Amino acid sequence: MLGKLTIDALPFYSWVAMGGAGVTVGGALLVMAVITYFGKWRYLWTEWLTSLDHKRIGIMYIVLALVMLVRGFVDAIMMRAQQAVALNSEGYLPPDHFDQIFSSHGTIMIFFMAMPFMTGLLNIAVPLQIGARDVAFPFLNSVSLWMTAGGAALVMISLVIGKFSTAGWTGYPPYSGIEYSPDVGVDYWICALLISGVGSTLAGINFVVTIIKRRAPGMTLMRMPLFTWTALISSLLMVFAFPALTVACALLGLDRFFGMHFFTNEDGGNLMNYINLFWIWGHPEVYILILPAFGIFSEVVSTLSAKRLYGYRSLVYATIAIGLLSFCVWLHHFFTMGSSANVNAVFGIATMVIAVPTGVKIFDWLLTLFRGRIRFHPSIYWTIGFIVTFVIGGMSGVLLAMPPVDYLFHNSTFLVAHFHNAIIPGVLFGYLAGFGLWFPKAMGFKLNERWGFRAFWCWLIGFYLAFMPLYVLGFHGMARRMETYNVAEWQPYLVVAALGAVVILCGVVCQVIQMTLSIRHWREERDLTGDPWVHGRSLEWMTSSPPPPYNFAVIPTVKSRDAFHEMKRHGTAYRRPARYEDIYMPKNSAVGPLLGGLAFLLGFAAVWHIWWLVAVSALAILATVVIRCFDDDPDYCITAAEVEAIENRRFEAMALADTEPEEAARHPAFAAQMLPARAT
Amino acid sequence: MMEAKTSHDGPSLGRYLTGFVLAAVLTVIPFGLVATGTLSRDTTLIVIAIAALLQVLVHLRYFLDLNLSTTPRENILAIAFAAVLIFIMVGGSLWIMLDLNDRMAI
Amino acid sequence: MSGDMSEAAPAMDARAREEAENLRQREFGFWLYLLSDAIIFALLFMTYVVMVDSTAGALTGRHLFSLSNTFLETMLLLFSSITFGFAWLSARADRRSHVLGWLLVTFVLGAGFVFLEVNELIGMAAAGAGPGESGFLSAFFTLVGTHGLHVSFGLLFIAIMSLQIALRGLNPYAMSRLYRLGLFWHFLDIVWIGIFSVVYLPGLL
Repeated sequence: MLGKLTIDALPFYSWVAMGGAGVTVGGALLVMAVITYFGKWRYLWTEWLTSLDHKRIGIMYIVLALVMLVRGFVDAIMMRAQQAVALNSEGYLPPDHFDQIFSSHGTIMIFFMAMPFMTGLLNIAVPLQIGARDVAFPFLNSVSLWMTAGGAALVMISLVIGKFSTAGWTGYPPYSGIEYSPDVGVDYWICALLISGVGSTLAGINFVVTIIKRRAPGMTLMRMPLFTWTALISSLLMVFAFPALTVACALLGLDRFFGMHFFTNEDGGNLMNYINLFWIWGHPEVYILILPAFGIFSEVVSTLSAKRLYGYRSLVYATIAIGLLSFCVWLHHFFTMGSSANVNAVFGIATMVIAVPTGVKIFDWLLTLFRGRIRFHPSIYWTIGFIVTFVIGGMSGVLLAMPPVDYLFHNSTFLVAHFHNAIIPGVLFGYLAGFGLWFPKAMGFKLNERWGFRAFWCWLIGFYLAFMPLYVLGFHGMARRMETYNVAEWQPYLVVAALGAVVILCGVVCQVIQMTLSIRHWREERDLTGDPWVHGRSLEWMTSSPPPPYNFAVIPTVKSRDAFHEMKRHGTAYRRPARYEDIYMPKNSAVGPLLGGLAFLLGFAAVWHIWWLVAVSALAILATVVIRCFDDDPDYCITAAEVEAIENRRFEAMALADTEPEEAARHPAFAAQMLPARAT
Repeated sequence: MMEAKTSHDGPSLGRYLTGFVLAAVLTVIPFGLVATGTLSRDTTLIVIAIAALLQVLVHLRYFLDLNLSTTPRENILAIAFAAVLIFIMVGGSLWIMLDLNDRMAI
Repeated sequence: MSGDMSEAAPAMDARAREEAENLRQREFGFWLYLLSDAIIFALLFMTYVVMVDSTAGALTGRHLFSLSNTFLETMLLLFSSITFGFAWLSARADRRSHVLGWLLVTFVLGAGFVFLEVNELIGMAAAGAGPGESGFLSAFFTLVGTHGLHVSFGLLFIAIMSLQIALRGLNPYAMSRLYRLGLFWHFLDIVWIGIFSVVYLPGLL
C-alpha cells in the first residue's frame, strides 16, 4: 500500500536529523499559523498563488529562492563547522549525514536558489523592459513556477521523510546507482531535478517567445536593454541545455527503478556517458545563471552612474559568443576521465577562449563607471565587489582550463574555491544587485540602504575568508567533501574558512534586518514616480511602482536604445494619451498550483515505490491538462474607464512626489519633466 | 468572427503528394539494400545515412512546410541553432565516448 | 446605439488581431518545444550508438530485429503523415466531416504502429531480451520506447482534437491546435527515420 515507506523513514535515528526535520516542519507550521492568524488564506490564494501576473509570479519565485538560500546556507555553515573541528575525529556529523548535506547544498543552491532567483528577476523585469503587458504564455509561466516549487518541496520533505542523496549535487554513478545507494535519497534527487527541469524548460520557451514576439513597436533587437538580451540568450540555453539533464537523470532513474544498464558497472553499462550527458547540460547551466547576472550588472552600472552603457554592441556580441561557446567546453569538467590528449586540448582551448568575451564585458562595465556620476547604492557595491572578485575566480578558471594543471587540482578544494569564486560574485552578487535595483519597481518602495551596505561588506569579507583558504588547501592537496582528515596543517585554514561562513551569516542576518526595516518603514521609502533612481533608462521605469496589472496603459513606441531616457529628454515620457482602451488580461488559474502539487505527489510516490499513487497522480496530471485544453476563454477585461481611473491615481501620486523635498527636486531636469503631468 | 487562417497555410495537396512519393522512395532504397545485401556493408551504411538525411529534409520541406521565403525568420534561426547544437552535442559526445572506448580497449 | 457599435467595431478588430498574434506566438513556442524534444532524442540516439556493442553476451540486433516488421511500421507512420496532411487540407477547406474522417484514419494508422511496436518489445522481453539484460538493450528499449510513448501521446491528442472539432467546429483555436498537432505528428515521423536508419537497418546488416 505504501511501497517502501515505513515508520523507519522518520528521522528518529539521530539528533541532527531530527533537528533538521523539526526546523522544516516547525517553519512550515509557523508560516501556516501566521497566515491563519491574519486570515490571509483567501487573499494568498486569489491574489498570489493562482495569479498569472508575471510580476507576482516573479515575486513568488524570489520568495522561494530566498527561503532556499537560507536552507542552502545552513547546509554550508554546517559543513564548514564540521571541517573546522574534524581533525582526527568524526566531528559532530556522522559521514552519512555530512554527505547528505554537501549533496543538498549544491542541489539547492543551483536548482532551487539560483534558478528561481533568476527566473523571478526575468519575470519581474523582462516584460516591463520590452514594453509588454505580460509574458507570451502567462498560464505556462504559472506552471513553471509551481513545477519548480514542487521540486523544491521534494528536496525539503526529504529532510523529514527518508534521507536525501549522498552522491553529491552531480550524482555520479555507479555510486548513485541502486547497488551502492539503495536508499531513497538519489530518487528524491532525480525526481526533484526532473520536475523542476520541466519548469525550467517551459520558462525558457516562454521567455524566448516573449522577447522575440512581444517587444513594443520600434524596439529592434539592437534597441533591447542589455538585461533583456542576456535573458534571451539565457532562455535559449535553457530550452536547449535542459534536455541533456532530463536524459541523464531519466536514464539514471531507469537504471535504479527498472534495473537497466546505462551506467552500471556490469552488463555493458557505461558510467562515463552519464558524466558526459550531465555536463552537456552542466556547463551551459553555469551561463544560464551568470548571463542574466551580467545583464543586471550592465543595467546597474548605467542606471546608477547616470550614463549610457559603454560598448553596448560589444556586450551583445560577447553575450551571444558566450552562449554558443558555453556548449563547446563541457569536457573540461572531466579532463581526468582519460580522454586522449587531442580531445582534452580542444576542450581546454575552447575553455580559455570563453574568457575573452567575458573579459570584454569587464572592461565595458569599468568604462561605463568611468567618469559617471555614481550613486553609491548597495547595488553598485555588489557590482564593484563582483568585478574585483570575479576576475580572481575567472583567472583560477583559466588555470584549471589547462588539462595538465587540472590533473593536479581535480577534485581538490582548489576547484571548490574556483567555482564558488565564480558563482558567488557572478551569480549571487548579481542577483542581489538586481534585487536591490528592481525591488522598488516590484514592491513600490525602496530597500533600506544602510543595512544593505552592511550585508554587502559581511558577504564580501566573509566570502574572501571562506574561500581563499580553500585555494591554499587545494595546493596542499586536500580533497573536497572530506568529513574528517588527519593533516594538522589543514586545520587553521579550515577554521578561517568557518569564520568566513560566520561572517557571511552576519550578512544574511543583515539582509533579514534590511527586509524587516524596509517593510516596516515602507511609507518613507515609497517610490511614487516609478523612476526611483531618477536616471532610469529602460521602459520598466516608465510605468508606476508597482506597475498596474497591464503594465502600460498604452504600449510605448520605441525610437532608440535607452527609450525611456530619450523620452524624458524630449519631454514625452509622461504624456497622457487622448483616450484609453479596454485591456484584456489573463484570468487567475488554479491549474498551475494543482499541477505543481500533483507533480510533487507523483515524485513522492515514485521515490517510495507507491505505484498506485504514481498511476493516480500521473492520470490526474493528464486529465488536468486535457481539461485545460478545452478552456478557450482565459482572459478578463479591464475596461477603459478602469484603466483611466488607475492612471489618474498614478499621475496624482507623481505630482505629490514632486512636491516633496526629495531627490527629484535636486534634479532640475527631472523636475521639469513632471510639469506637464502636474498641469493636466 | 476571426479569420480562420491564423497560421501559415501549410503545404498544398501537390506538395504533400510529392513529399510522400520522395519519402517512400527514400525509404524503399535503404530497406531494399539491407534486404538484398547487394552492396558491401560500408557502402550500404553510407547510402542509409544519405537517404535518411535526404528524407529528413524532404519531411521538413514538404510536410512541415519549412522554406526560406514564408517561414518566419525566428523559426529558421531557432531550427538552425538547434541543428548546430545537436551537431556539437552528438558529434562531441561520440568523439569523447568512442575515444575513451578506444583507449580502454588498448 | 449605432454610434456605440461603430466605436466598438475597431476595438473588436484589434482584439481579434491580438488573438491571432497570440496563436502565432503559440506556434513559435511549440517549435521551440519540438526542438528541445529533438535534443532529447538526439542524446538518446547518441547513447544508443555508444552502447550498441555493449551487449554483455546477450542477444544483438541481428537476432532481434525484423526487417519486415520495421518496414511495416515505417509505412504506417509515413501513411499517417500524409493522412494528417489531408486532415489539414480539409480543415483549410472548412470541411469538418472530412477533417474528422482523416483524423480517424490517422489515428488508426498510428494505433497500428503502436500495436506493432508494443508487440515487438513484448516479444523481445519474452524471448529473454528485456531492457535489463544489457546496456545495448537498455538503450534500445529507451530510445524506441520514448518514441512510442510520444506517438501514444500524439494519439491521445488526436482523439481530443477530434472531440473539440466535433463539439466546437473549426474555430481559430482549433485550427491553431490542429496545426501544432500536425507539427508534432510530422516531427515524430522524422524521429522514426532516425530510428530505422540508426537502429534497425545497421543492426540487421
